[in-house]
Parts: sequence; C-alpha cells; structure tokens
Amino acid sequence: MEPRRPPRTVSDPKVRQVGFVTPAAAPPARTVSDTAAMPAAGASQELPLSGSSLSPVMIPPPRHDGLSARVTAPVPVPIAATALRLDNLQIRVGSYNQSEVLLGTPPMTSPSSRVEDAVSEFSDDVSASSLYGRTEPDKVGTAFPGRSGDLMPAKSVVAGGSIGGSHTPENPPTTSLVVKTLPGITEKKRGMLEKQHDEAAAPKPLKEKTTKAERRALQEAQRAAKSAAKEGGGADPTNTKKDKVVKPTPQKKDVPEVAASSGKKVDRPLEKERKKEVLPLRMQFDDKHKVEKVKQRAIVNQREAKSRVEFFQRLPQYVHGTQLQELEAKFFQLDAVHPSVYKVGLHHLSGKITGGNARCIAMLLAFKEAIKDYSTPPEKALVRDLNAKISGFVSFLIECRPLSISMGNAIKFLKNRIAKLPLSMSELDAKASIQSDIDRFINQKIIIADKVIVRHAFAKIRDGDVLLTYGLSSVVEMILVYAHEHKKKFRIVIVDSRPKHEGQILLRRLVAKGLNCTYTHINAISYIMHEVTRVFLGAASVLSNGTVYSRVGTACVAMVAKAYRVPVLICCEAYKFHERVQLDSICFNELGDPDAILKVPTHVESYLYGCMDNDNLQLLNLNYDATPSDYVSMIITDYGMLPPTSVPVIMREYDPQNLWI
Amino acid sequence: MPDVQALVNDFVLKIKRRKIEGSQATAKHTAELLRQVVSQQRITYTNQAASLIDAVKAVGEQLIEANPVELAIGNIVRRVLHMIREENVSSAMSAVEELALGSDDDEAEHDNRMGLSAAAVAAAARSTLRAPSLQTLLEDIPDSATAPHPPSSGGDSEGKSKSAAESSSRNKKLKHDVIEAINELIQEIDTCHELISAQAVEHIHQNEVILTLGHSRTVKEFLFAANEKKRSFRVFVAEGAPRYQGHVLAKELVGKGLQTTVITDSAVFAMISRVNMVIVGAHAIMANGGVIAPVGINMVALAAQRHAVPFVVLAGSHKVIIIWLTFLMHSTNTDT
Repeated sequence: MEPRRPPRTVSDPKVRQVGFVTPAAAPPARTVSDTAAMPAAGASQELPLSGSSLSPVMIPPPRHDGLSARVTAPVPVPIAATALRLDNLQIRVGSYNQSEVLLGTPPMTSPSSRVEDAVSEFSDDVSASSLYGRTEPDKVGTAFPGRSGDLMPAKSVVAGGSIGGSHTPENPPTTSLVVKTLPGITEKKRGMLEKQHDEAAAPKPLKEKTTKAERRALQEAQRAAKSAAKEGGGADPTNTKKDKVVKPTPQKKDVPEVAASSGKKVDRPLEKERKKEVLPLRMQFDDKHKVEKVKQRAIVNQREAKSRVEFFQRLPQYVHGTQLQELEAKFFQLDAVHPSVYKVGLHHLSGKITGGNARCIAMLLAFKEAIKDYSTPPEKALVRDLNAKISGFVSFLIECRPLSISMGNAIKFLKNRIAKLPLSMSELDAKASIQSDIDRFINQKIIIADKVIVRHAFAKIRDGDVLLTYGLSSVVEMILVYAHEHKKKFRIVIVDSRPKHEGQILLRRLVAKGLNCTYTHINAISYIMHEVTRVFLGAASVLSNGTVYSRVGTACVAMVAKAYRVPVLICCEAYKFHERVQLDSICFNELGDPDAILKVPTHVESYLYGCMDNDNLQLLNLNYDATPSDYVSMIITDYGMLPPTSVPVIMREYDPQNLWI
Repeated sequence: MPDVQALVNDFVLKIKRRKIEGSQATAKHTAELLRQVVSQQRITYTNQAASLIDAVKAVGEQLIEANPVELAIGNIVRRVLHMIREENVSSAMSAVEELALGSDDDEAEHDNRMGLSAAAVAAAARSTLRAPSLQTLLEDIPDSATAPHPPSSGGDSEGKSKSAAESSSRNKKLKHDVIEAINELIQEIDTCHELISAQAVEHIHQNEVILTLGHSRTVKEFLFAANEKKRSFRVFVAEGAPRYQGHVLAKELVGKGLQTTVITDSAVFAMISRVNMVIVGAHAIMANGGVIAPVGINMVALAAQRHAVPFVVLAGSHKVIIIWLTFLMHSTNTDT
C-alpha cells in the first residue's frame, strides 16, 4: 500500500464505478490513474493501489465515514470554494494517496473538480481506513491527515501547533508539501495549489509498482530517517507516532519515495509528515507492533481474544463485555466525546442496539445532540472544526464496535452536508441547518423508505403463502405485521441460528401480534424449504455487484431457497447501498465474540470448556456474510423493486449524499 | 427358542432405550444376535434353510420395529438373509454335483441322475429359498415342498437315504457356513474404520483445509490417520446444533494436535470458499447414491457444489441400504 492512506474504499464513487466515470469531473488522465487504482482497490478493497503484494485477504475498510463526506462525485465543486475549505481539502487530499489521485492530472485543469475528487477519494480512504480497525481516536486522527491533532483530545493543541502554520497538523508527506505552501497560499488560486499537488503526485506512479519487499525496505529506511528527525519538531514526533500507529508498513515506505523524488520539501518535516501517513485502508491486526501502539492509545481497552483464526488475522477480535466498567468509569473524563455519543457507543458495545437502522438512527440522534451543544472554538472555522469533532465521535464509536455500512453512509452524508455549509453562515444557522439535515435524512432515508418498502413488498404476498425469514430484520418485521394487519392469510417460518438467536426476538413479537409462526434452526432449512413459497430477507447492505451483505447464514438460506426454486426477496433501504465490491465473506467481515460459540444450552454438555486454552483450537464467530447475486430474485428498496444488477444504477443516479430524492 | 427370544428381547430393549450408540455398534450387535439365532435354530430335516430364514426374519422384524430409524439393523438382517440363501444355493449346487458325480451307478441311474441332476439343479435353484420370484408366487409353489423333491425324486430308497444323509450333513454344513459368513460380516463391521482410514493418505495432502459438520467416528479416524502420516491440514468443524456434536469432534481433534476451528452452521457458506474438501459421515447410503446424514449436511453439500469443493462421504458397508426411501425426511426423522 502506498504510504498515504491508501484509498480503502476507492473513494470517489464516480471513479469506482468503472464505466460510470463522469466525464466532466475527472480528466481522462486522472481517470486512468484512478481507474487503474480502482480496480485494484475495487477488486479487493484492501489491495494497495499498486495492487500487488498485500495478502488478498486484507479487509478493506468500508467506505463510509465522515471523511468521505466531501465526496461530490458527480458534481464538480464550484470554484468559489473558500480558501479555508480549500485548506481543508488540500490537507485532506494530502493525507490520502493524493498523489495517486492526482496522478496524471494535468496541472490547472478543472482544478476544483479534481481537488474535490482527490479530496473525496482521500477522505473516503481515510474514513474507510479508520473504520475497521478498532482504532483509537488516534488512528482515526491519522486517517484524517489533517485532523489527527485535533482528534486527540489531549494533544490537539500540541498537534495543532506542531506542524506550524494555521493549517491542520499531520499531513502526509505529500500534503506536507502542500501544507507548507498553504499558509502562504491560502488565498491563492487553487490552480497553484493543485499544481503542487500534482507535483507531489508526480512521483506517485513510480511507487505504485514497488513490491512489498521494496516497500518494507523503504519503510525501514524511513524509520531510520524518522528517528533521526525526531529531534526536530517538538510535538510532531508524538503526532507522527500516533498517526503511524495503524498503518501497514508498505504505505509508509512509499512516502519516503515520494519525498525523495519530489525533493521539494524540507526533509525533516517531510519525514514527520510521512510518519503521519494516512492510515492504511484498515488497521491490519497481524502486525504486532502496530497493534501494540494502537492499544496504548485506545480509549476502550479491549482484551484480545486468544483464538484468532488465520484468515481473519487482520480483523480485530476482542473479548466483548470487558470494557463496560472501564468505559463507565471514564465517562466523565472523556471530554472529546459528547455524552450522548458516549451512550450510543456503550449501547453498541453491550449489544443493546443491533440492526443497521437502529444503530444508524441512534448514532445520528446522538450527533444531533452533540451538534446542538457544540460551539465553535475561537479562531477556528466551524466547518472544519465540526468535521473534526464528528470524526472524533466516529473513531470512538468504531472502538466500541466497527461501524455498520448504514452508519458509514450516514456519516458520509453528514460530513458532506457540513462541508457544504456556506462559510458566511452564522453558527446558529449552521447548527440548525445541520440538525434539520439529520432529521430529514432519518425521515426520508429510513422511516419513509421503510414505509415504501413495506407497501411494495405487500404486493408480493398472496393469501395462502408460507413466508420464510431469517434472523431479525426490522423491515421484514414491518412487512409481516403490515400484511397481517391487512388481513392477508399467510404463515411464517422463522429460521434462526447460533449464537445470537435473533429469530427468537422476532418470533416473540410476531406471535404477540397473532401471526402463525414456525421456528427452526438453520440446519433444518432443507427440511422445511419444500413447503415455503417466498423468502424475505433483510440486508445490512447491498454491494455494487448485487452481492447482499447481511447477517451470517443469509447466504445459506438463499442458497437452499434457490435449490428449491423459491423466490428470494431482499428488503433493503437505498441508503445502505455501497459501491464497493466483495467477492466472498472473508475479505471483509466483523468478528464477534468467540466465547459465544462456547456457550451451549445448559441441557447440552459443553465439551469445549476444557480445551479453551489449547492453541490448536480456534473459535470463529462471524457476523456477516456475502450472498451472491444469483441467489437473489429481487431487491425491494424505497426506489422500487429492482433486480440485483440495478444497484449500481441507483447508487449513481440517486447518490444519497447529494440529492434529496 | 426361549433363550434366543430372551436375548432378542434384551437387545430390543437396548435399542429402544438408545443404549447402543451408533450404527457400527448396532450393526455388530445385530450380527452377533443373528449368529446366535442361527446357531441355536433347530433345523428341520427338510427345508432347513427356509426355517433359518423364517427365524431370522422374525427376529429382524422385531429389531427393526424397535428402532426404525437405525437403518443398519435392517441392513444387517437383510445381509444375513442373503447369506443364508447364498449358502443354500451353493450347498445345493455342490450336493447336486455330488449326486451327479456319484460314480458307481448303472447307466440307467446315471441317466436318471443326469436328468435328475438337471432337474435337481433346476429344482434346487427354485428351492434355495430365494426371495420369492414372481413365478413362484404365481404358481404358488411352496418353497418347502420343492426342497426335498430333487433328492427324493432320484428314485430308489438308496438314493433317498443317501440324499437324506447328505441333506442332513448339508444342513449342518449350511448352518456352519452361515455362521462363518456372519462371522465375516462381523469382522467387516469391526474393521470398517481401519479400512477407511487406510485410504486417508490418498485423499488428504499437504496444507489442506477440510470442512466437516457434526461428529462422525469414521471421519475422526480418517483425520487421525492422515495426521499420523504427517499430513498437514486444518479442519473447520461446523458445530451441528442443536446437538453440538461438532464440539465433541473438535475436542477430539484438538487433543491430537490438529488445527481446528469451530464455526457456527450459518457460517458454512461464508467459509467454504476457502475449503479444499468437505468430509462428512453418513447415517446411511442409499442405493441411488443418496446419503442420509445428520441435519445440516444438505446445506453443506449445496454450498460445496456451488463452490466446486469435493464432497466426500465416509461410511462403512453396513450403512448401505437397499430399501428405497423416497421421502426420507419424513419417514426417517426422529424428534429429539
């Protein structure tokens, strides 16, 4: 991976959607480089832009996060962006593989759009990268190159001052290039800045071809250089160190290359910047050093589970439920995190809130509260500072539990709205506007969308149907209750699985409403599938190639349904769509508590308790899996009933961050 | 036979109460019990094979009724019956040959014997107590009637007495042969795991990832054998709720030092893309190649088919059933 935050989620939607590149926004050269980067990134979200040597099972960070709020993919940013924002953008760009993004861009061509694109790309990457590690705020900070200083509560002041100048600290090396010039150029034309970006970006293509070994070698050299440079710059080293924490080394290596090749910057600051590289797509937990560093900074100290399955080494796996007391004790000490956000984080940690919609709504409402209480510190821009705060919250939430895709998309939207605030707006107005945006998002994208989905699905239920559902999906529950209230005659089969047994909750609720339910375990679906007429499933997300990403076991249910020729209907709101592509369930997943597998019902003898400490035994508790699109007959969204192949079309046409459709 | 019946009742009780676990144990006990039945059966002079068969059938019906789901019982009973018939045919053939080869008869008798032998062979064929053929059913020829016919139709009392003597010795021989055959069957049941495990090295190579579901002793022995031959592999065990037999298997595998990962049944599809081979045990193998297996294996098989992963079923020969269960799910499922 490149030293700069590699674009975990190839951030720019228009670039990612190969073949859908909007001609206006992306110059062809840039497109080439981007698309070159993208397929690699798209194919396995994690592959570095060079697409080479990282292990194929890296888990790409999801794209959602506030950083990508800047994505204005189809719409070029008006050139009238203020200098301040430009600063932000520039910095952002710098933190991600901006050189890659800007690679090949001829200077001075549609600067604004390019910058925006670059920014969005980087922001996506950053956000993505920060999302999936259980990274402490540090990491997130590093993910947002400009933000790391801000994000760390204790160090914000230091960080802010460290790099010098008014711009945000800790930019990746290339950004440092930009950053350095920024103070002087703040008011200057974008073109100049972009040129610098381009220059910084110029050497980029070289790096992409480096092999992992070379990068590692480079990284070692970089480390040596870093230690040499450590004396200079007081707070920088600390910041850099933090930033570095989570990245995989290859990325860092590229940075030195860039620095070396560009030769424009002062070496020392460059190195510092290098340290603060953009977070790699995601924290790779099999790198012990980084894990150690990360742990030192974590707000939430999670106990690592012992039995880690090889395939999922890069995913964090912790013992759940051990941090609650700690967090509760820290409640009054965490200034960086607003109490309502803290509360939501605790709910996530304890498993009290589950389900994509519920988590997303809870988070957004908490953010609303936080924004209500927010006041801009003096001499800071509202937009930038608020963004930083939101990023801080997000990193805290990630520590509690990795973000769901719905949450990620919501954060992206929120940051986008914040970024679009006109700078001339007063603080009160801005806050009110954001709060109303949040309300509108929840209302339109979740609540009303659910109602529309229910109406559509209702048309697909006939009298005498036997409907099968799996686990607990809020939308499917609404559909069933609605159909029952409208006097359709049908009965339900609820399929459940270990260890969460979410189906039991659904069973209780439906039986209470008077529906005729059968309850069974997933092992028996071959047995009952012959009498089922329709299968309704919920989803955490639907990916760009029609793959349905949802609770583990959904793929099995869909597969057996297909074998018995039963139609499978996926009910998913459109805001959950995601433009990444996932080939199987291992590239990207969330690991649950392995001890949950050990727990068997009391009447069954537990055989495994004795050998829990044995190194040979590993327990794997996956949370999600990917259902191939050919098992899915139809996806019911608030935009209508679509085949799985129409998902990227919806994403392109109705980008939830930009349009209120 | 009172003591045989006592044995049978005892066994029936054990089966009903599920005291005997596993098809291998059940098959072995069934075979041993049938051996007792055969050895203690008082064989009538004539038609000894038929009486054996009747006795075995009666006992078999009782056993099957005790636990219809344990298909191995029925398999063993049928195999013993088959053995009896086979032995009877072969002994009848040899008896007929002896008759035919009896040297010191005059030509007429010889001719007679020739003719007799032809007829005898035919009759013997009919009389070997095969499963009733359509012809015998239609002609309503009782098996017992045909048995003594060929020998006695030989003619003179000498022949008759000779055949009688031969038939009595044949009877003893029949019992003896049947008991020997049953011993071989028991031997085969006993060693089925060893024989299967001996093939493990052919199928498991280095750095393999194997998926299994639930617990099967055959699979366990198979994996142990491969492990002993220093093949490196790791095993994903799906836990097989609600009985969680996968946990048992995992514990045993871990005890032997194999890298084991326990996954939930719902994660089978997620993990199978990284699996090289699926190895499962079966409850029964049907004549059309279908497999009756613990619940959840159908899901695993579908997933393996989708990902083109070889799906290997290990089963001893006592699990091969010949009855045709078309709608297995309802007829052979038990509620626990």
